[in-house]
Amino acid sequence: MDFLRPASWEEALAAKAEHPTAVPIAGGTDVMVEINFDHRRPEYLLDLNRIGELSEWEVGQESVRLGASVPYSSIMEHLRTELPGLALASHTVASPQIRNRGGVGGNLGTASPAGDAHPALLAADCEVEAESVRGTRLIPIDAFYTGVKRNALEPDELIRAVHIKKADGPQQYSKVGTRNAMVIAVCAFGIALHPGTRTVRTGIGSAAPTPVRAKEAEEFLNAALEEGGFWENGKIITPAIAKQFAALASGACNPIDDVRGTAKYRRHAVGIMARRTLGWTWEQYRGAGRTLEGAA
Amino acid sequence: MRVNFTVNGRQQEADDVWEGESLLYVLRERMGLPGSKNACEQGECGSCTVRLDGVPVCACLVAAGQVEGREVLTVEGLADYAKHREDAHPGGGCASGACGTTLDAAKRRQSEPTDGRTGEAVELAPIQQAFIDAGAVQCGFCTPGLLVAADELLENTPSPSDQDIREALSGNLCRCTGYEKILDAVRLAAARQGEAVQS
Repeated sequence: MDFLRPASWEEALAAKAEHPTAVPIAGGTDVMVEINFDHRRPEYLLDLNRIGELSEWEVGQESVRLGASVPYSSIMEHLRTELPGLALASHTVASPQIRNRGGVGGNLGTASPAGDAHPALLAADCEVEAESVRGTRLIPIDAFYTGVKRNALEPDELIRAVHIKKADGPQQYSKVGTRNAMVIAVCAFGIALHPGTRTVRTGIGSAAPTPVRAKEAEEFLNAALEEGGFWENGKIITPAIAKQFAALASGACNPIDDVRGTAKYRRHAVGIMARRTLGWTWEQYRGAGRTLEGAA
Repeated sequence: MRVNFTVNGRQQEADDVWEGESLLYVLRERMGLPGSKNACEQGECGSCTVRLDGVPVCACLVAAGQVEGREVLTVEGLADYAKHREDAHPGGGCASGACGTTLDAAKRRQSEPTDGRTGEAVELAPIQQAFIDAGAVQCGFCTPGLLVAADELLENTPSPSDQDIREALSGNLCRCTGYEKILDAVRLAAARQGEAVQS
């Protein structure tokens, strides 16, 4: 095994071009587990810790450019206003020790369906900035996850940053696990209201081969909210609408039975989380005073 | 590969390090610092918690090569670190290691016994004393990780709520399930710290 220690982003791209099998390591919270357990013996480890810019973020007009290695603890602390859904999701990641090291770039690189950031990223809408010596491209999050632990990256590409739309409305995140910390999601659900475009976006984790949006549920809800004039009148969403939204979210799942839970339970739980998080965000939208804190 | 980094204020060099090796292995097997415990090797138990440039991390998930040029604080250095913090940075810390080792700290270190029974002759960090006084040590395996995590909590949050304590220690498992005493110990250390600041 070789340990590559590029001191700059350009050096990292050159190293990845020369050694496309090199495994990038930043927080190490996925990669080191695989090495410690002998599940993986990469020929090259490509350490990204020395590239300071990967741990930085910029808040722009429309979006936040979040460096791939910004740790979850920083997202929780500094980006709660701009990225409330992702901040809530970050808070559910493992433990303080892991949140101090792990970041969104790693979640995307690993592309596990159980990654905690994915439902929030899908709901908020974002683009992944992937770069190689050949150039830079922005991959829409909807096209990023291609299979179980597979993503749209080319072998010579590295994730530099994620461009996440700033929240223009309430966002929520919910995760099912057997305890409050150190838990891989049994399933998870993210929702973001976008009052500017009068749309709702969602994300489902751990309930399909990849993270997915509940598109039919979104379309149904968008139409129902429009038809009932809910965005203007701010009325409580009727139970019938919430119920149908939950049923369609359940239907968007394509889960399996595994050690963490059964497919049947996952479908059920995603429906419950969809209904609850819709209720939470809608109450926030109506200004009924429910705060973000304690809602996850 | 060779790795140079600072451990508990002292410059260290590790040779012939395997590229996939963890910081935890380097500390325990190459530097003779077995305080950080090896248990789950997947970041789930927190018994290997150390501070890397001041930030609590699981040493088992840091690749040795990633600590090149950086500062590591282990439980073995906790008492000296706490003493230095009290002397030089009351109410804060110098976790980035900008201070280096003070002359006082260097002298203290020379007077340490080397027979491994450090607890008997050396002054403890307040959090260590609080763990003993509160009866928070049972089998002791999770204790080093908890001490490092709890000390960092009290550095940044001098008067933590119970919720703060639970959250800060949520990445540290105690298989003896002695959590109540552990919470007591952190509350005790926080209270003593508060008294010390007032007096």
